[in-house]
Amino acid sequence: MTSPWPSPHDADRSSDPTIEDAETIATAFARVLRGLAIAVPIGNVLAFTEALGAVGIDQRSRVYWAARATLVRRPEDVPLFDRAFAVFWESRTGDEPTLEEELQRITIAMDTDDSDDDDGSDPDAADADDDPTIQLRFSATEVLRQKDFGAYSDDELRLAQQLMAQLRFVGQPRHSLRLVPATRHHRRPDLRRTVHASLRAGGEPVERHWREPGQRMRRMVLLLDVSGSMEPYARALLRFVQAAVAGRQKVEAFAMGTRLTRITKELGSRDPDQALRLASSRVSDWSGGTRLGETLRRFNDEWGVRGMARGAIVIVLSDGWDRGDPQLLADQMQRLQRITHELVWVNPLKVTPGYAPLARGMAAALPYVDHFVEGHSMAAMEELARVVSGAATRTTNRKGNGHA
Amino acid sequence: MTDPPLTVDDVSAALAANSYLADEGLTTTIFLALALRRPLLLEGEAGVGKTEVAKVLSRWTGGELIRLQCYEGIDVSQAVYDWDYSRQLLHLRAAEASGEALGAGTAALEGQLYDERFLLKRALLRALTPVPGPPPVLLIDEIDRADDEFEAYLLEVLSDFQITVPELGVFRAERPPIVVLTSNRTRDVHDALKRRCLYHWVEHPTFEREVEIVRMRVPHVTLGLTRQVAAAVESLRSLHLYKPPGVAETIDWATALGRLGLTQLTEASVNATLGAVLKYREDVERVQQHGIADLVKHAFERGMLPA
Repeated sequence: MTSPWPSPHDADRSSDPTIEDAETIATAFARVLRGLAIAVPIGNVLAFTEALGAVGIDQRSRVYWAARATLVRRPEDVPLFDRAFAVFWESRTGDEPTLEEELQRITIAMDTDDSDDDDGSDPDAADADDDPTIQLRFSATEVLRQKDFGAYSDDELRLAQQLMAQLRFVGQPRHSLRLVPATRHHRRPDLRRTVHASLRAGGEPVERHWREPGQRMRRMVLLLDVSGSMEPYARALLRFVQAAVAGRQKVEAFAMGTRLTRITKELGSRDPDQALRLASSRVSDWSGGTRLGETLRRFNDEWGVRGMARGAIVIVLSDGWDRGDPQLLADQMQRLQRITHELVWVNPLKVTPGYAPLARGMAAALPYVDHFVEGHSMAAMEELARVVSGAATRTTNRKGNGHA
Repeated sequence: MTDPPLTVDDVSAALAANSYLADEGLTTTIFLALALRRPLLLEGEAGVGKTEVAKVLSRWTGGELIRLQCYEGIDVSQAVYDWDYSRQLLHLRAAEASGEALGAGTAALEGQLYDERFLLKRALLRALTPVPGPPPVLLIDEIDRADDEFEAYLLEVLSDFQITVPELGVFRAERPPIVVLTSNRTRDVHDALKRRCLYHWVEHPTFEREVEIVRMRVPHVTLGLTRQVAAAVESLRSLHLYKPPGVAETIDWATALGRLGLTQLTEASVNATLGAVLKYREDVERVQQHGIADLVKHAFERGMLPA
């Protein structure tokens, strides 16, 4: 009987690139990818080398798929990978110098502005809010520098950050499928522990043990509006989001502007300053336009409804200014509410005297919000923590809405 | 089963022979998974045929399909092994009743209890237990639903292809199983696990390929209708629906229309069978707003056979 699949040596038969060839190609291409900020661990380079051994190095598409299967791990990286591969392949088969040229061009195009020096003390910041129209800005550093958190100074902001780190968002737990040892009599026997105990009694199950469903922490999803109108608050609220991500398990964070950016990984860094820096440079549309409905739909389609928001506590941090179709926002809020455990809306403008949710977006979203809270100060953040921990009653009746 | 594949073309032919039409990317990746003996991680929208890959591999290689459906809170006792405590208890009682328990020491008694006959093997352990014949195909479905800790455990298993049961020793597969992991991407699978695997993002098939797939699965539906259905589904996917139809829905729809005895798409029949493709009331409303007549008209044009 032959082996039911090829041994690693069989693989070499399909073509005969020398090992050196495959290795050189693999290492060189990995270097190109790393230059484009796609992480390529050494283990994957080895896998790529092996894969090249199996598919050969003559056919472009084979090499392409071998590289993609071993080196790419996120669909978002594919377009960048494709360009890099095209350049790499052409340079390998054509003449050498194009590689350097092309690469340089790509690298520059991909370079996001680093915001190392966001000291926030730019005097130009004052006029940022005068113009009610949405301001378009092109440099992350530039925009970030102009952000001020209402009347907060930088020192105060830093202090606020420390306070935020102390907030705890536990949330109401939910039942888990997993059974844990019970302390009291329960319906389900714990045979494992009963057997263990009976061993001590020479086989007599004298002592009985029980199990009960355990409890699990709910996932929490934070959606931070980073559009132009949120400018005075977004910086402080980002710190709040960072504190939440760093301080608790199962938290996901997204920035909502003209597009949706997932910033969970960036904010997960232990060092808060570094985390903020990473997240800020990841978000490319600070203080851009507002398309709440559209970005919320993207969240629902790509993450939320697929499972991330199911049974979760979802917190939207936004002033509710939306230039898009309010009906779209309402639809998406309804969709989100149907799958979440709790939907919380934090609005920094709510505190304004005489405030009524007149912003079209806010008015459209409000019927689907379980808790509508302020978000302009530390006190408001503490209130939010209280709400999330289940201390407040809902403002909506979930059964009643959305089916008119 | 026939001899193992040595080339990408062999894999392509074998998949097609087992009613699965994959594009070049997926075919190459499957080939690599077999040749390099690495787990295959498939991500993509629901309904693009990720799970089907494992089933096809099992049909093709003749290896048993062992499926592990992941869910939040899944743990070792549900995925790897558990002890059959009821039988252990019975055994203890029997030993006690026969007076054997008094004679034997506690240690000996315990030794009897932790015997392989009281071991309940779950999916992972079964996949690593040596079997005569071809190695099994292990499908770890929807890994994104499991918790991080379980993923870490899985990583360990997939690296060494061995599992230690403390009371019994090490289980190790002589020939590792073919492993297929799927994820709907509700969260990111940990990088370390992705590094172990070959990764492929499965897309919706192109129009022509989808026509081929439907032809293969429901051959009794006319070619004209099949092309129109595939074209209509293609338009539906571009309408920003909550749940864009997958290949499974296309097949269902074609089957439904075929069952109604149709050879052409009509506005009335689309209206009546929309439930086979769209699973949300809002989606149905959106398509009706968009205009079913339009959809049918476009499907006729797109579905026209090239002269």
